[in-house]
Amino acid sequence: MATSPITRATGRVAVPVLGLFWLAVTTVPFLFMVMTTFKTQQESYSSSVWALPEALDFVNYADVLSGPFLTYLKNSVMVVVISVILIVVISAMAAYAFARMRFRFNEALFGLIVAGMIVPIHITLVPIYLMTRHMGLYDSPFALIGPYVATSLPISVFILTEFMRQIPKELEEAARLDGCGPFAIFFKVFFPLSGPGLSTVAIYNGIMLWNEFIFAYVLTSSTSTRTLPLAIWDYQGQYTSNIPAILAVVTLTSLPLVVAYAFGQEKIVKGMMAGSLKG
Amino acid sequence: MTDISTRSAGGGAGGAGLSLRKLAPAIFLAPAILLLAVYLLYPLVESFRLSLLDWNGLGADARFVGLDNWKKLATDTLFWEAAWNNILLAVFSVVIQMPIAVVLAVVLDNAGKGSRILKILYFLPLLMSSVALGVLFKYFYDVNFGPLNALLDYVGLGFLAQDWLGDTRFALGAVIAVVCWQYIPFYMVLFMAGLASFPAEISEAAKLDGASEATIFWKMKLPHLKGTFRTAVVLSVIGALRYFDLIYVMTGGGPEGSSELMATYMYRNVFSSFQLGYGSTVASGMFIVVILIASVLMRFSKRYETEV
Repeated sequence: MATSPITRATGRVAVPVLGLFWLAVTTVPFLFMVMTTFKTQQESYSSSVWALPEALDFVNYADVLSGPFLTYLKNSVMVVVISVILIVVISAMAAYAFARMRFRFNEALFGLIVAGMIVPIHITLVPIYLMTRHMGLYDSPFALIGPYVATSLPISVFILTEFMRQIPKELEEAARLDGCGPFAIFFKVFFPLSGPGLSTVAIYNGIMLWNEFIFAYVLTSSTSTRTLPLAIWDYQGQYTSNIPAILAVVTLTSLPLVVAYAFGQEKIVKGMMAGSLKG
Repeated sequence: MTDISTRSAGGGAGGAGLSLRKLAPAIFLAPAILLLAVYLLYPLVESFRLSLLDWNGLGADARFVGLDNWKKLATDTLFWEAAWNNILLAVFSVVIQMPIAVVLAVVLDNAGKGSRILKILYFLPLLMSSVALGVLFKYFYDVNFGPLNALLDYVGLGFLAQDWLGDTRFALGAVIAVVCWQYIPFYMVLFMAGLASFPAEISEAAKLDGASEATIFWKMKLPHLKGTFRTAVVLSVIGALRYFDLIYVMTGGGPEGSSELMATYMYRNVFSSFQLGYGSTVASGMFIVVILIASVLMRFSKRYETEV
């Protein structure tokens, strides 16, 4: 009754109109992308952008997949899986120390690591490039793991420390009375109980690293060592003006995350929002 | 409180156990600190050291030039124009993204059953890599074959069609539009969480007191979002100052440096002109600019917080 009929009517119209408008804004670029991948190069020039493809032709996909695409995919999976495992374990260990152990400089050190979140990674680029060359790791997918893990640590340590501070002290006390030392307590109590925090960290970093461009671009140079974001870059150079083929690469590289998203939207949204935690 | 580690060391006085317990923090922190030292701290310091050199990065002919590079940076209009573009990106990110994100959050807050599926679909751009989006929108903006000009043509606005990425007047704006398009849903979800934390009893009580839906929104819910808003501003400004990928892929900083950012300028100096020394000066300068603005912004938003 408090709401005037006019505002209520505007609301009734405005909500679906705005909702659908932004849906169009979000999806139209993707629809164009997918539609164009089914066109031939000739078609993409001659026919209108609005025209549907003449046939549902997967030739562009076949073309891309017959190339080194799967090598890029394999490198991406390997680099991201190894990095995420290391990030989760290493940041959980550090978080446990920060959340539960008393030692000198605890707060100072924690503050310093968390401050690492604002450092622009670009300042590390040249030294890491030189260092990677010195280590003989240049142009190997393994060169990416060090920078990936290190640059992901500040936010991951922050998230997990906050998380572990919430774990009740009593559980720790009980484990201690059962004769567990700090290591047993970590592996038997904290690690398992941090499940949701660990999965947030894994999802957030997994997606960030899956899409990472600049380190991969600078530290690798061959088709056989590069990751998926570079596949787009390399194909773009190779296909130059074959728009449908280039967009087929974009579609294929985006597919794994979209499929993962279809299975766990809520978890992925939550994981991605981890980046919004205040430092 | 019994010290368990002494017990594990045999139950005696257990010097070894005690020291293990003392060492535990160091052991738990060692891997993280080691990696951060090697891949974050050392490069940071090294970058400042390299900034004092004149070096192409290849031979051993690195020459120590003291502060020459820094003097050059201070008067390098290309760098300051790039920094200005970063600031434009930051300002427009905030000005464009925040209002739209709030509106969408409110829309989804009222969309009932449809809100879940809309939220999921809105969020899609955030899963895409910037390279993928860069290439996709390069096509979208293409002067001859791009859907955008075709769309303008179709609705009778063909005279507005432009070479979006090839024109110094539009390149930066065209990329900013894509950045906003990608990140608006992120801030939308943030604001949705903020709205969800608004106590339902308060709006119920206000309604009983005769407040209209609009009054409740403007006078109560929007002020309630203040904290979320500050977080959003800090995040988007810091993100904008460090931006690289999308610009690099879409315009490479061009045409004629019109969309150059600090990070793309640094990249160009190092990996295209092979000026590792000066490139490191640019990187270090960028670091100082980012840290300065970020700390001012954070202090400012904190001071606000205590006042409110």
